[in-house]
Amino acid sequence: MRLEEIQPRLAAKFGERVGALAPANKDAFVPIQAADIVEVCKFAKEDPDLAFDCLMNLSSVDWPKKNQIEVVYHLWSYAKRHALILKVVLDRAQPRIASVESVWKSADWLEREQFDLMGIQFEGHPDLRRIMLPDDWVGNPLRKDYAEQPQWHNITTTRDNSLEGYVRLDELKKKAAEAAAASKKEMPS
Amino acid sequence: MSKALEIPTMDMENKEVLRRIEISGDMLLNMGPQHPSTHGVINFLVQTDGEVMKRAIPEVGYLHRSLEKIGERCTYNGYMPYTDRVDYIAAMFANQGWAMAVERLLGMQLPRRAEYCRIVACELNRISSHLISVGTMAMDVGAVTPFPYALREREFINDLLEELCGARLTYNYLRIGGVAFDLPTGYEEKVSTFLDHFEKILDEFNRLITYNEIFVKRLANLAPISKEMAIDYCLVGPNLRASGVDFDVRKALPYSVYPEFHFDVPLGKGEVGTQGDAWDRFWCRVEEMRQSCRILRQALAQMPKEREIMGKVPRKIKIPEGTEAYSRIESARGDMQYYVVAGAGENAHRVKIRTGSFTAMGIIDTLSRGLMIADLVALIASLDVVAPEIDR
Amino acid sequence: MPKDYQQDFGSIITSKTSFIDEIINLARKSSIFYLLFGLACCGIELMQTGGPRADIDRFGSVPRATPRQSDLMIVAGTLTYKMAERCRLLYEQMAEPKYVISMGSCASCGGLFQYAYSVCKGVDKLVPVDIYVPGCPPRPEALTEGLMRVQDKIVRERWFTARQKIGQPQPSLGVDYKVTA
Repeated sequence: MRLEEIQPRLAAKFGERVGALAPANKDAFVPIQAADIVEVCKFAKEDPDLAFDCLMNLSSVDWPKKNQIEVVYHLWSYAKRHALILKVVLDRAQPRIASVESVWKSADWLEREQFDLMGIQFEGHPDLRRIMLPDDWVGNPLRKDYAEQPQWHNITTTRDNSLEGYVRLDELKKKAAEAAAASKKEMPS
Repeated sequence: MSKALEIPTMDMENKEVLRRIEISGDMLLNMGPQHPSTHGVINFLVQTDGEVMKRAIPEVGYLHRSLEKIGERCTYNGYMPYTDRVDYIAAMFANQGWAMAVERLLGMQLPRRAEYCRIVACELNRISSHLISVGTMAMDVGAVTPFPYALREREFINDLLEELCGARLTYNYLRIGGVAFDLPTGYEEKVSTFLDHFEKILDEFNRLITYNEIFVKRLANLAPISKEMAIDYCLVGPNLRASGVDFDVRKALPYSVYPEFHFDVPLGKGEVGTQGDAWDRFWCRVEEMRQSCRILRQALAQMPKEREIMGKVPRKIKIPEGTEAYSRIESARGDMQYYVVAGAGENAHRVKIRTGSFTAMGIIDTLSRGLMIADLVALIASLDVVAPEIDR
Repeated sequence: MPKDYQQDFGSIITSKTSFIDEIINLARKSSIFYLLFGLACCGIELMQTGGPRADIDRFGSVPRATPRQSDLMIVAGTLTYKMAERCRLLYEQMAEPKYVISMGSCASCGGLFQYAYSVCKGVDKLVPVDIYVPGCPPRPEALTEGLMRVQDKIVRERWFTARQKIGQPQPSLGVDYKVTA
């Protein structure tokens, strides 16, 4: 089934809550509200004509200018060989959405990754904790306003220019040589 | 003179996961992250009584190199070397996924010779990636000798690819709109000689290892994955095909010039055990190498004569902000997908790379209950996970 | 060889070793066991260097999986902050005298991941490195050369005559000292 046939089936079941097929900016998608995501996904999986048995990809995009975070679900059906893209728009200050882990098991790790890197809270997820970064990392790196800490566990995050480093080592050697020469001069006297 | 080196602190006691597991007399051991057979730096928290495991929880992120964030800083063409590092064993495929996604954003076509060069490079890379996979799997099960055999064959492929693009491992061969270099003179004969030699090696490999009684006994009926489970956890590639799902992106959603070649897709049949067990996954990879040889011979025979290797690409690639594209390719480890959202300016706004190994890690927790520790090693090897694909 | 290069080997270098020193060092340099610390792409080239063509087993170097049995740690690949503590722990578990080769540009200085938030810019922030092998990834021949330089270092060590302290890292690039001179 093509996207133009899938969207009417969703709209027939859910009515107003499913948006119109967004214009094809290379890949057309169906916008959904955050509150309906689990219902829509369950229907997409269990309906015999749609049969989306696989959640291929779950990613999130940060749009600071629009003050939004978009969560994008790419669904795929092995039985019918068709694809669907769902998009949910969340508020950037408090991004919360229900977890679809009860529908597809692959959402488990995909949602943990987005929680870790973008900071989206997935409600109902059995085990929501950091996956890529250390457990005590501060911040969500994929956000556009992420600022790197100057050090983590006493390891500095920058590396100075080698040329400046060599200059520093030369100065140290010079000082050490001067100190040695000074102490030698003092000894006989 | 100078202060002492400040040693970073070890903070192992504070892990949340320790509070979630009920230990009840078992040991909680770390298998990894530095381990000779976890296929890269992956850690497993294993709750075991010494031999049989209750749970094995994978912990990843030890090779998280923030490639997706770097994608937001690089120009489209400049990101190509970073895609090599997404899966360094099968780097050509990662290159191709990125190139296809950006070419979809631009809406451009490639000259036929460029497509053929890509296929030759990619199929050679598929063979070398599967060689590492089957070699390390044999080594993990205990047979140390097949690994140097696989490395020896891989050296020949490294030589061929080095002649093509200059690098042995992280190729950076593809460009947006084509490839970087054309095939050198005499390349077709060299590859044909290698394929003649290699197909005999594959038969020897099958006699020595694949149908070896000890190997079969170790791997048959180990962690069989049913079709529904494989689809639910979104396994891809040889893992999926070993469970019986007939899906190969090259056949189902053909891209590039794959429709012009005749090749089979090996499916697991449960020949020596259950369908979808570890031996099936191993066998699928060996057979895929044979099919890659077939594709290579056809590609070299049908190579177009016009020596055009780059399409018409603007000097500075600028795409309207918000345009998004999705590309799917059949990498050595399965269905690799790139989700690219174009940004204002010359770089992308968001790059998401979805690899097969990432979702395969999610299934290990479920499959490992009741297995022995040696079986866990064989299970990880049969799923062919590599750390860079998981962590990116 | 320029004068600075010889001095930079640290305080254990002299040009004269006695006969017993030479025997001991010959035995030590011909059996360097290295710790398999392949983290990323350089790890594959490390495997190929131990493989059939560029065989470092002919130098007597075999890979060991445990730090307790190895003299050389080849840090092959990108070091992330999450892995950094384990790297330091493994280095401390090795017995003296121990050497570190930083293989590849990611281990030497962070490589092409300078803009990454999770990559440690150089393994020498944590462990003192003896030999840096450049490359991305270095060819097996380059890593073999790095191993031979470690052998050169070993050959010059003195065991029975008066020598200055060994094992103390000199102030060098990258190591996170707070220099107050």
